[in-house]
Amino acid sequence: MRVGVITFPGSLDDRDALRAIALGGGEPVALWHGERDLHGVDAIVLPGGFSYGDYLRCGAIAAHSPIMSEVIDAANKGMPVLGICNGFQILVEAHLLAGGLIRNDHGTFIRRDQKIRVENIDTAWTNKYTVGQEITIPLKNGEGGFIADDETLKQLEGDGLIAFRYLEVNPNGSRNDIAGLRNARGNVVGLMPHPEHAVEPGFGPDTAERMQSGVDGLAVFQSVLASTVLS
Amino acid sequence: MTEHIPDTVENAAATPEKEQPYQLLGLKPDEYDQIRAILGRRPTSGELAMYSVMWSEHCSYKSSKVHLRQFGEKVSPEMTKHLMVGMGENAGVVDIGEGWAVTFKIESHNHPSYIEPFQGAATGVGGIVRDIISMGARPVAVMDALRFGAIDHPDTARVVNGVVSGISFYGNCLGLPNIGGETWFDPVYQANPLVNALAVGALRHEDLHLANAKGVGNLVVLFGARTGGDGIGGASILASDTFAEGGPTKRPAVQVGDPFAEKVLIECCLELFAGDCVEGIQDLGAAGISCATSELASNGDGGMFITLDNVLLRDPTLTAEEILMSESQERMMAIVRPDKLDAFRAVTAKWDVEASVLGEVTDTGRLIIEWKGQTIVDVDPRTVAIDGPVYNRPMEYPTWLDALQADSPSKFARVTDGDELKQQFLAILGSPNEADTDWITNQYDYYVMGNTALHTPDGAGMIRIDEESGLGVALATDANGRYCQLDPYVGAQLALVEAYRNVASSGATPMAVSDCLNFGSPENPEVMWQFARAVEGLADGCLELGIPVTGGNVSFYNQTGDVPIHPTPVVAVLGSIDNVARRLPSGWQDDGENLYLLGVTHDELGGSAWAGAVHNHLGGVPPRIDFGAEKNVAGLLSAAAIEGLVTSATDLGTGGFLRAITDGVLRFGVGARIWIDEILERDGLDATAALFSETQARVIVSVAREDDVKFRGLCEGRNVPVLRVGVTDSTSNTLEVQGLFTIAITELSQIHRGTLPAHFGAVVGG
Repeated sequence: MRVGVITFPGSLDDRDALRAIALGGGEPVALWHGERDLHGVDAIVLPGGFSYGDYLRCGAIAAHSPIMSEVIDAANKGMPVLGICNGFQILVEAHLLAGGLIRNDHGTFIRRDQKIRVENIDTAWTNKYTVGQEITIPLKNGEGGFIADDETLKQLEGDGLIAFRYLEVNPNGSRNDIAGLRNARGNVVGLMPHPEHAVEPGFGPDTAERMQSGVDGLAVFQSVLASTVLS
Repeated sequence: MTEHIPDTVENAAATPEKEQPYQLLGLKPDEYDQIRAILGRRPTSGELAMYSVMWSEHCSYKSSKVHLRQFGEKVSPEMTKHLMVGMGENAGVVDIGEGWAVTFKIESHNHPSYIEPFQGAATGVGGIVRDIISMGARPVAVMDALRFGAIDHPDTARVVNGVVSGISFYGNCLGLPNIGGETWFDPVYQANPLVNALAVGALRHEDLHLANAKGVGNLVVLFGARTGGDGIGGASILASDTFAEGGPTKRPAVQVGDPFAEKVLIECCLELFAGDCVEGIQDLGAAGISCATSELASNGDGGMFITLDNVLLRDPTLTAEEILMSESQERMMAIVRPDKLDAFRAVTAKWDVEASVLGEVTDTGRLIIEWKGQTIVDVDPRTVAIDGPVYNRPMEYPTWLDALQADSPSKFARVTDGDELKQQFLAILGSPNEADTDWITNQYDYYVMGNTALHTPDGAGMIRIDEESGLGVALATDANGRYCQLDPYVGAQLALVEAYRNVASSGATPMAVSDCLNFGSPENPEVMWQFARAVEGLADGCLELGIPVTGGNVSFYNQTGDVPIHPTPVVAVLGSIDNVARRLPSGWQDDGENLYLLGVTHDELGGSAWAGAVHNHLGGVPPRIDFGAEKNVAGLLSAAAIEGLVTSATDLGTGGFLRAITDGVLRFGVGARIWIDEILERDGLDATAALFSETQARVIVSVAREDDVKFRGLCEGRNVPVLRVGVTDSTSNTLEVQGLFTIAITELSQIHRGTLPAHFGAVVGG
C-alpha cells in the first residue's frame, strides 16, 4: 500500500512518519503541500511540526494549503487520513475532526513518554490494537489541549469517536482526557502523541524490559495496511 | 521625515575633520586612528560601522587570538588524521568513516540572554545552527550549556524561564533533537547568565562546502528573512560591553528569532547544495552583511561589488549604516554562478524564501558598496575581517589566588556515622548543581528525527548518522567554574577530561573538541591571566589526549560591575561509534549484575560538590589529572562496548562515587547494594573521601555475571585498576551502602527531582 506523508513548510516529523510507514510494511511516498496531486497514494499522514510557523493558529494556514483540498476530498470519499500532533491540529482546522486544540494548561512545551488507552479500534489506523489496550508513545507539544463545547463532547463520547485517551497524567488539560479522535466513518484519525516515534527498537520510549525499546506506535502504521475502509 | 544622506567616500575624503562617534560604536581612539591610516582618509560612516562591528572583541578575537594560536600549534599527526576542516571556518569538520563527516560547534549568546532571556537564548540556537548549514551539513542535534545565578535569587526564575523556553521554542520548532547539556547555578552568574548552544550536523564527504567568494563574475545573493532594525550594534555594543548598574536599557539591540523562517532556510540551503546551485553559503550572524561580505571576499578572490539598495528591507527607513550592521536573523549569503541563478531561484521560490542579487565577485582586492548610486564603502576586505587589531593584553597572577588555594576543605571535620554521611549525601544530591534538570529537559524534544540513541539524563547524547550501518556520534559538554576559579589551567583540563570520559562512557571513541570560553573582562589583567592559563591547559590537554580543537568561540566581558564570573571554559567533546546499538547508558537495567569501579580514588575534595553543598566552601586545589589513566579507561570502555562486556557505564564527576552510583540507580529505577571497604583499604581513605572525592579517570560499570571473568581479564590486560563495589538489585527498591545506610529509591528520586520544581514550578506529570 502506498502511504503519503505531506511536507508543509515547517513540518518536522515528516521523515519519521515516512520511516514508520516503511517499518509498518507500507510504501512511503513523500508529498508536497504546494501540489494538488496525491500521486495515487492509498492513505495519507499529516505529520507533526509547526506548519507555516503555526502562525494565526496551529494548523490553520496548512488547512488551506493547495494539497489540503485534495486531502479533504479524498477523506470524504473514505481514504484513510492520519494526523499526528500538528497534523491533528490541521485536521481539526480543516473540519475533518471536531473540536479544537489550544495552549497546554500549564503554559509550557512538554515532552514525555505518555501512557494512553486505545478507546476505539474500528478505524483505519487502530484496527491492529485491542479495545482498551494501554500503550506508551512520546508526546511533545505546546498546544495540545483538546477543547470542545459540552454538546460536542457529549456527541463525541456518545458516538464512540474518542480514539485515544490519556492515562494517569493529562499532560495538557485536554477535556475528558482526549488524546485522539476519529471521524464517524473511521477513516480519519488524529492524535496529539506521536506513534511514529515508537516504531523502532532502540529509538522509542523506555519500557520495563529495556531502554528505548518501546514500539507501541507501530500498530498504527500496520493498521492502515489492513484497513477495510478504503475508498 | 528627513531623508538620511549617506556619507560617501568622496565626502569622507573632502571632510577629514568631521567628528565621528567611534567611541559610541566601541572603538578605541588608537583603533580609529588605525582605520584612518589603513584608508588614508577618515572612514565613511558606513565603513566606520563595518570596522566597529568587525573589530569588536566578539567578531575579531583581538584579545584572545594570541592565545588561541596554541590550538593550531600544539597538534600531533594523530590529531589531524581525521580532521577535514580545522579552526577558522564556520565550524570544524571531522571524518567519522563510511564516507560520513560531522561538523559541530559551540557558541555563546550570554549577554543577549540576560537582557532578553527568551529571544537571546532562541537566537543563540539559531545562530549556531546556521554555522552548521553553511558547511553543507544537515543539522542533526543541539545541546546547551547553561549557567544561572543563585537558584533562590528573585531574578533567577525570570532568566531561567526565559532562556529555557527560548531554547525549547527555537530548537523544537527547528525539529532538532536536544540531546544533552548541563545546568549550573552560582551567584557569580547572577547578572551574567551563560547560554552556550551547540549544534552538530552530518554530511557526506563530497557535500562539504566552504564559504568563500571565488570566481570573478559570480553573483552575491542575499536570501532568507528580510533585513530589519533588530540587533543593530548588538555585536559590538552588547557583546563587548559590561553591564554597568543603572546604565541605559539595551533591549532594542537584541535580535528577534523566527524558527519557522530558519527551518525553511535549512531545507532550502540543503536543496541548493544538493542541486549544485551554489558555490558557497555564508551565514549572517554577528555584524550581518558587514561580516558576510568582508569574510566571503577575504576568503575568496579578494574583491566584491555590492549595491546595498538591493537588500530587501523589513523597514524601508533603515539607513545604509544600519543595513550594514543589522543582525536580523535567518539570513544567508550565497555565491552563485550566473548560469545557475535560475536554478537557485527555483529552489528559493519552492520554499517561499526571498532572495535578491546584491552584486558580484571581483578581483579588485576591494570591497566596494554602493548606495543610491554613490560609493559609501571602499575597503580592502582583509583589513575588516582578518587583519584587525591584535592585543597582547597585560596579565597578572591574581592577588587572591594563593590564599584561596591555601584554604583547603581539609579543615572540615569528617563524619563517620552512617546517618550523618547519609545527610551529607542527600544535601549534595538535592543541591542546585547536582539536582535533576528534568524541569528543563522535559521542555525539549529529543525524539524528532528518530535517530536519538542516548539523551538526557545519560552522560552523553548520541545520534545515529547512518540508518543502515548504525554509525553514530556521541557528544558531551562540561565545565566546572569552581575548579577553574581555583586553577584555570587544571580547571580547563578537568572540563576536557570530564567531557572526554562522558563520551567514552557512552561506548564511543572521542575524536574532537569544540570550546566556548566564557570569561570576565580581558582588560582586567587577572582575568586575562585566567584566560591564558585556561587556553594553555586546554591546548596541552588536547595534545595529551590526541584530539584536536576544531573551533569554538570566546565570550569576554562576562561580569557585573567589577566582579567577573568564574572562568567557565565549556568544552564539548565529540566521539564516534560504529554502531549505536552498542551504546552504553549511564545506568543499569537488570538484576544481579556486578558493579565495578574503574580507577583509584585519592582524597580530593577541593572545589567539590561536597565542599560546596555541605560546607558552602570554595577553596583548595581541584583534583589532579592523569591523562594516561584517562586514555586507558576510555580505551577499556571502547573495547568492552565492542565486545558487549558491560551493560552500562557511569562516569564519576562532581559529587563523586556515591553520586555516580545514584545516577546509575535513578536512570532506570533499579537499586543496588554497595560496599566501600575495599576502596578504603586499597586507597587508604576515610568514608567521606571514598564517597565524595572527585578524583578523575574513574567510571562505574555494570557487568552481567556471565561476562565477569572476561571483563576482569580485559581490565588486567589493559592495566586499569578495578574493584567490585556492588551488585544491582531490582527487587529491594533501595540503594544500600553496606554498614552505613539504606535509602529508598523513591526518596532518592524525590530529593534529586524536587529542587528545580520548588523554584520554577511543577514538572508536568510529577
